[in-house]
This record gives sequence, C-alpha cells and structure tokens, in this order.
Amino acid sequence: MVKALGAIVARDLLLALRLGGGGAVGLAFFVLAVVLIPLGIGREGETLARIAGGVVWVAALLAALLSLDRLFQADVEDGTLEQLMLADLPLEAVVAAKTVAHWLTTGLPITLAAPLLALMLNLPLGSVPAMAAAMLAGTPALSLAGAIGAALTAGIRRGGLLVSILVLPLYVPTLIFGARTVENATLDLPWSAPLMLTLAISLGAAAIAPFAAAWALRITLR
Amino acid sequence: MELLIDNLCARRGGRSVFDDLSLRVPAGRALLVTGPNGAGKSTLLRVIAGFLPPATGRVALIDRGETLSGAALQPRLAFAGHMDAVKPALSVAENLALWAGIAGRDRDAIEPALSALGLEAMAGRPAGECSAGQRRRLGLARLLVAERSVWLMDEPTSSLDAGSAAAVSALVARHCDAGGIAVIATHLDMGLHDPLRLDLIPERVAPQGGEGALDPAPKPADADEDPFLVGPADGGAFR
Repeated sequence: MVKALGAIVARDLLLALRLGGGGAVGLAFFVLAVVLIPLGIGREGETLARIAGGVVWVAALLAALLSLDRLFQADVEDGTLEQLMLADLPLEAVVAAKTVAHWLTTGLPITLAAPLLALMLNLPLGSVPAMAAAMLAGTPALSLAGAIGAALTAGIRRGGLLVSILVLPLYVPTLIFGARTVENATLDLPWSAPLMLTLAISLGAAAIAPFAAAWALRITLR
Repeated sequence: MELLIDNLCARRGGRSVFDDLSLRVPAGRALLVTGPNGAGKSTLLRVIAGFLPPATGRVALIDRGETLSGAALQPRLAFAGHMDAVKPALSVAENLALWAGIAGRDRDAIEPALSALGLEAMAGRPAGECSAGQRRRLGLARLLVAERSVWLMDEPTSSLDAGSAAAVSALVARHCDAGGIAVIATHLDMGLHDPLRLDLIPERVAPQGGEGALDPAPKPADADEDPFLVGPADGGAFR
C-alpha cells in the first residue's frame, strides 16, 4: 500500500515537472504578487515591515489556489480517477497522496521562498524564523482545504473560479493565525500560541479533508 | 469463482435504465453485453465496477466461499472504459509503469503487456503522440499489468484495426482460459468461443441464450448448478 501511494505521489510530481504547470507557475505568481506590493505602496520601510507578514500570506493563499482546479479535474477527464477507484487502496488514501504531491509542488516552494520575500519587504531579521515556521505549519492546510474545493468542482468545466469562491473562506483561519504569528514576532510578543493554532488547523484539515474530498469525488463519478 | 448479479436495478437521473437484472458468470466465461445505444451497457459496467450505486440489488464475486462486494470487490476488477486514463505528458512505458506501481507489481510486468498489444516500438515515445487506436491499446495493456480476476470492458475494440481487435479477443480468451471472467459491452462478436450473451433493450431487459447457456426458467433461490441464469424483467416475456 505504501508502495502504491508512493507511485501516486511520484506520478503527480513527474507530471508537474513535465507539464511545467503547477509548481513553477504558482511560485512565480507568489514572487510577483509580493514584489508588486512595494511598487504600489511605496518604499517606506516601516509601513512595509508592518504589513510584510500579511502580504506574504495573502500572496501564498492566492498562489496555492492557482493550481488547485486541475488537482482532480485532469484525472476525472481522462478516466484516471475511475482506475484509481479500483486500486487496492482506499480513495481517501489516494486523495491524501495527491494532496501531499500538491503541497510538495506548491506549498513547499512557497515556504522556502517566503522568508526571502519577507526580507525584501523589510521584515526584521528576527521575525524570519517565525515567518518560516508559520509557512511550514500553515501551507499544508492550503493544500488540504483546497483538495475539498478541487474535488467538489472536479466534474465541472471551468470550475477554477468556483474553486476560489469555495476555498478562500476555508483559508481564513490559516491566514489569521499565520499572519498573527509573524506580526507577534515583529512586535516582540510571544508567537508560539498563534503558530500552534496554525499547525492545529493544518492537522485538523489533514483529518477531515481526505474524507470530504473522497466523498465528493465518488459523487462526481456517478 | 463466480460473478453474481442479483436483482440489479439502475437509475440515472431518476430514469430506470434496467430493472431486476439477475445473472451469474462463472469462472472462465465471458459475458457479451449487447444492445442499441442507450440500452444501458455502459451503465451496467459502471454499476458492476461500483462507480454508480445500484438503486436496488447487488453485485458480488463469490470466490472460495467468500462473497466480495462493494469496496472488497473493487480490487478484483479491472475496468477499461471509454476513457483510457493515458497521460499524454508521460511516455507509453511510463504510463504503464504507474499502473504497475499502483497494482504493486514490478517493472518486469510492463514489457510483456506492451508487446501483447503491439506497442513495443512506442514504449519510449510520449503517449501524446499515440493515435486513438494506440491509446486504446495502451489502456487495454493496463488490464494485463493489473492482473485482476474480472475484466470489465466497454467497447474495447472501438478505434482498433482488425488485427488489433483480434489480438484483444485473443487476450480476453486467454484471460478466460486462465479462469478469469470478462464482461464486455460490444457491438461486435469479438470472435470469442461460446460466450454468454445478454441483450439489453432500452427500458426493459431481455436475455438471449448463448448456445444453451441460458436457463430461461423462473429464478429459484438456490440454482447452483445453473452456470448462468437470468430472471425476466418484471415477469415479462423473454425474447
């Protein structure tokens, strides 16, 4: 079973690499969105430092959204999902494996790029560990909650906009506590509590999302 | 081993597709499902595969005294539908390697499957370069890699040339000779030796004898000797 799940993760990574879509585009969008902010707001260091955490988080949410609409839709359209239903694996595990692959191609690059971009926005060096930790704790929730929206719209052509409307509200708790972690660090306040809450949201999403998304996919296939 | 379909009814969009379908397919036999477009051939396959829950009735595989149905039945099935589940960005061999990985088989299984369907020369090429017929053959090669007891095939020979269609028929015959079961929705005869036949007609099900394999008697509860048994739709006449 572990081997089969590994095969699914490896396949999705290979497809993301071959198609050049998903990961690279998401990361490029993330970088561009963050870079645009100082151009619009001006280069006052203090203002930028204050909003850096929130800006990076909002850009991360939008970048994660970009690649979601194809997460399951491509597999529904070409019949792969039917075949995965018959695999000797629970569909929930298949969904979890695909979500892991999505995080590896979008969440992980965003997590790695976020501290650098935050420094560009004049985030104090002392807040960088908080930024990195919050991203690492929070981005899994973006892929997991996103999987629910992607599964619900997998059978709908041009479901991309609908995914955004369904998923962005689910991202709100991660945004609040993720941005709060960075803000607290900047204000020299303890930031472990919001970080733990960010992680808790990801863990809760990991418990719920595979089941919710698998349920939605089963309905899509009928 | 025996595939059992018991009082199966399927509905799509509130409309009944077929009613009270009961039949058995014993090990080593193929069932050809025929009928005009819209008669419910694909729906029957999707119900057997568990994609579409039946309105009533059940599908089960009886193997060594065990009755497998639902999620326990699915790992015994291989499905070759209208869509071939081929990723154009991967090579032909990579496509098959993925399914070998998911089925828990090693890469040794890939080469024989490719050559059985005449795809050796395409192995390293991107699947996006395949013609419709080659893509279909790649989809069918998955059946060999997956090694399942029951093959469900929806128009397997569509877009295949005569030679490839004959190769597919030979694969089905070999699968059945090895004790497997095949359920095939088709317009063609497939050249199979002594298959069981089910002729679906829209809104009503009428079975048809395959060289005496059918017993048109009313369905007794324990007709274990009958290899293949079909109950009439709502007590109607057989055709």
